[in-house]
Amino acid sequence: MISANLAAIFYLVSGILFILALRGLSSPDTSRQGNYFGIAGMIIAIVVTFLSIGNFSTSLVYVIIFLIIGGAIGAFIAFKIPMTAMPELVAGFHSLVGLAAVFVAIAAFLNPAAFNLGNVGDIKLASLIEMSIGAAVGAITFSGSIIAFLKLRGIMSGAPITFSGQHILNLILGIGIFVLIFYLCKTQSTNIFWTVIIISFLVGVLLIIPIGGADMPVVISMLNSYSGWAAAGIGFTLENTALIITGALVGSSGAILSYIMCKAMNRSFVSVILGGFGADNSADDKKEKKDQKPVKSGNAEDAAFLMKNASSVIIVPGYGMAVAQAQHALREMVDKLKKNDIKVTYAIHPVAGRMPGHMNVLLAEANVPYDEVFELEDINNDFANSDVAFVIGANDVTNPVAKTDPKSPIFGMPVLDVEKCKSVLFVKRSLSPGYAGIDNELFYKDNTLMLFADAKKMTEDIVKNLD
Amino acid sequence: MEIDPFIFRSSIFILSIFIGYYVVWSVTPSLHTPLMSVTNAISSVIIVGAIIAALAGNSESIFNTSSFFGFIAIILAAINIFGGFLVTQRMLQMYKKKKDKKK
Repeated sequence: MISANLAAIFYLVSGILFILALRGLSSPDTSRQGNYFGIAGMIIAIVVTFLSIGNFSTSLVYVIIFLIIGGAIGAFIAFKIPMTAMPELVAGFHSLVGLAAVFVAIAAFLNPAAFNLGNVGDIKLASLIEMSIGAAVGAITFSGSIIAFLKLRGIMSGAPITFSGQHILNLILGIGIFVLIFYLCKTQSTNIFWTVIIISFLVGVLLIIPIGGADMPVVISMLNSYSGWAAAGIGFTLENTALIITGALVGSSGAILSYIMCKAMNRSFVSVILGGFGADNSADDKKEKKDQKPVKSGNAEDAAFLMKNASSVIIVPGYGMAVAQAQHALREMVDKLKKNDIKVTYAIHPVAGRMPGHMNVLLAEANVPYDEVFELEDINNDFANSDVAFVIGANDVTNPVAKTDPKSPIFGMPVLDVEKCKSVLFVKRSLSPGYAGIDNELFYKDNTLMLFADAKKMTEDIVKNLD
Repeated sequence: MEIDPFIFRSSIFILSIFIGYYVVWSVTPSLHTPLMSVTNAISSVIIVGAIIAALAGNSESIFNTSSFFGFIAIILAAINIFGGFLVTQRMLQMYKKKKDKKK
């Protein structure tokens, strides 16, 4: 058994190791080392907890058994999961953190003496507020992440689910939670505590269902943030420095990512949360336009010819590439191009894919070196000097309308200037608009060649034609 | 007059938010997915609370309600810890520089 002071110092050490873990991610070179810092921090935190309890009875054996069960499940998932499924995996993991926070709060409420928080029916006021906030945020994180998971997995439609009075209902439930917490503090009633948790579960569901598929990068980042605040809330309850530090880190990390994603879409955080985007009301108007304008379409042979004769090609991947699992075929295509001394780079929009950095991971998986992959600001000027832009599975992020039409819902969103390339190859299954529900002007430009096919199949065909 | 420990904890909390803010802004955008999975893993340090809850019961009644929730929370957090760190490791292993593997 170690003293509480010594334990607190160790918890501080593990908190610092977590900071270093995030710091490592500033460059891929240092990132792996960062991850080891994170693991070390976690081991220290767990071992110190065992030592500070000093209860080495049979229950310790059970704890270790449960740890191993959970660890085995987690390890299994981590090794099995395909990289394309990262967004739903992360959403799923967020839900676990949320639920764990709820359960820890419940345990603390039912047995406050074990945590030095007072006795049943007479829990310290501050602790009671902290644990109920932790439980409420945890519950919202849990049910919200489940919905996000279902949407990303395709089990639930990605289309926004809206009904009238939705926001008012959310507001009432939100206020209700605070009122109930207030009464909980006065009465210490178990029933109110359970009600707070149940309402919070409901709020989590209601909060995420109106948000459409394309806004998922924001949702995931936001839930990431929530899981951090939930952890911090529990950290205050348990008076544990490691948890407070981690909670604050994760909370601000998620908040920053949400901000970056919103900015990349030129949408306010509030409008994303209120949801309904992509449900679209101007469908008729769109169809008319589509019928009128001519589109040039080509096949793999044309595409291969164009690229063979280019001296520089920029590849613009998007969610469609992930869905079609085309990253490996793409890499094969790029290898062939490079053999012909063609310069190939990748341009990634911040919201390409379903979570921040999604495309980078997929390209990394296909062995694309990370120094060939560029962010929007770094590469946008290069389009004008390049021969071919190969857009695969991206859509809205290339739409010039964002720069020209102030009436467009995506006006002001930073987009990749693909149209400045000498020619644009656009791999897409059909002319259907993207998630934003708007037509892409790029389809009708003279220098655009549409390649109507599944991204993977088309890329493979191009590879054949490059020989 | 003594300062309430709550103030100390709040100070740590607020300072950590600032640290988080600056550290996360310096994360390269290409590593945002690993950032999410690793923050996920470290937020599972909540397992500390789960272990305390689980071990709170005395030896005769290991599975009373409070420690029962603790045990479930241990499983959930452990899935996250192992899953989170390992999947991050798997992803980071894939990030390679141009000269490393090619040619």
